[in-house]
Amino acid sequence: MGNVIKVGMADLKVAKAPDSLITLGLGSCIGLTLYDPVLKLGGMVHYMLPDSTKLKNNQNIAKFGDTGIKELYRQMVAQGASPKRMVAKIAGGAKMFEVSGLSNVGHVGERNAEEAKLMLKELKIPLVAEDTGLNYGRTVELNCENGNFHIKAVGKSSKII
Amino acid sequence: MGDFSLDQVNDMYIDVLREIGNIGAGNATTAIAQMLGSRLNMEVPKVELMEASELGGAICDEEETVVGIFLEVLDDIEGSMMFLMRMESAHIIVNKLMMRDPDYNEPFDEMDLSALKEIGNIIASSYLTALASLTNLKIQPSVPYIAVDMAAAILSVPAIQFGQYGDNALFIQTEFGDDKEMQGYFILMPEQDSYGKILKALGIVS
Repeated sequence: MGNVIKVGMADLKVAKAPDSLITLGLGSCIGLTLYDPVLKLGGMVHYMLPDSTKLKNNQNIAKFGDTGIKELYRQMVAQGASPKRMVAKIAGGAKMFEVSGLSNVGHVGERNAEEAKLMLKELKIPLVAEDTGLNYGRTVELNCENGNFHIKAVGKSSKII
Repeated sequence: MGDFSLDQVNDMYIDVLREIGNIGAGNATTAIAQMLGSRLNMEVPKVELMEASELGGAICDEEETVVGIFLEVLDDIEGSMMFLMRMESAHIIVNKLMMRDPDYNEPFDEMDLSALKEIGNIIASSYLTALASLTNLKIQPSVPYIAVDMAAAILSVPAIQFGQYGDNALFIQTEFGDDKEMQGYFILMPEQDSYGKILKALGIVS
């Protein structure tokens, strides 16, 4: 058994088997993982907002989908991951409260998930699994041994995608 | 004031918000005491400025189940607010309202959830009424929305709201109860422009 490395909110980390990467209680944020099955190298970013270019205060790159995913990709490649072998999985992007249209609270989860797909397309990395949307929180863990992405939610049986 | 950011907020502003929290929580406690038909004491609220990305673990472990009630704030001030309770507090208050055994601990049913929503509504409205009368601004809460889920997942909502404007979030903790202590937490999330309006109305900035 390796270590379980925690990825906080607006945070990103890279780890190698036998370690795994975990983020606790994803709500409207996205947990995106990149994985190189040959090196057994995995990375996870837990970003809060889709697009850094819309905001002035955007120094924290792991807070945003666009900059966070690019940085995770860069760190994976820097540690030897092959862009051709890397695959991605995403979870989160929930709508925690059933708010009516007005504010962005109702839409940010969905927009976060869309941003992941846009960025992955740009980086030419296939999205192989996804568990996003709906109205509940998720704890997610990437096992760097096999790339399995474990998802737990309150009152639901856990699953692997 | 368009560029107002909590990242550069001063002590004066924190004091003002603490005072609003105090008055609001006082109103709320009275309203809940009436609802419950019992006397309640309230502690002076604690106001804390913290990193938005740390909010997920601010009340308890990230994965602990909590109750969150969310309302949108409209009119002169725009934004949203949230009221949170840990499960233990939520059970105490619901059991009191439903006149059940204080140790009853079954999962909440629809009735319980709407009672909790109403409590969240009263508390949030009391807080907003205090803010409105201090600032002479019109402030309307929307209907309340409720979620019972992992703390970090619920708190991702305010974290994201604050995250749009900076890296800090403002957090108010209030404690009330009689024999068993109940704790509640407020988070007020004005839109960027509304901060300026609040500060101006309070005479903190010209």
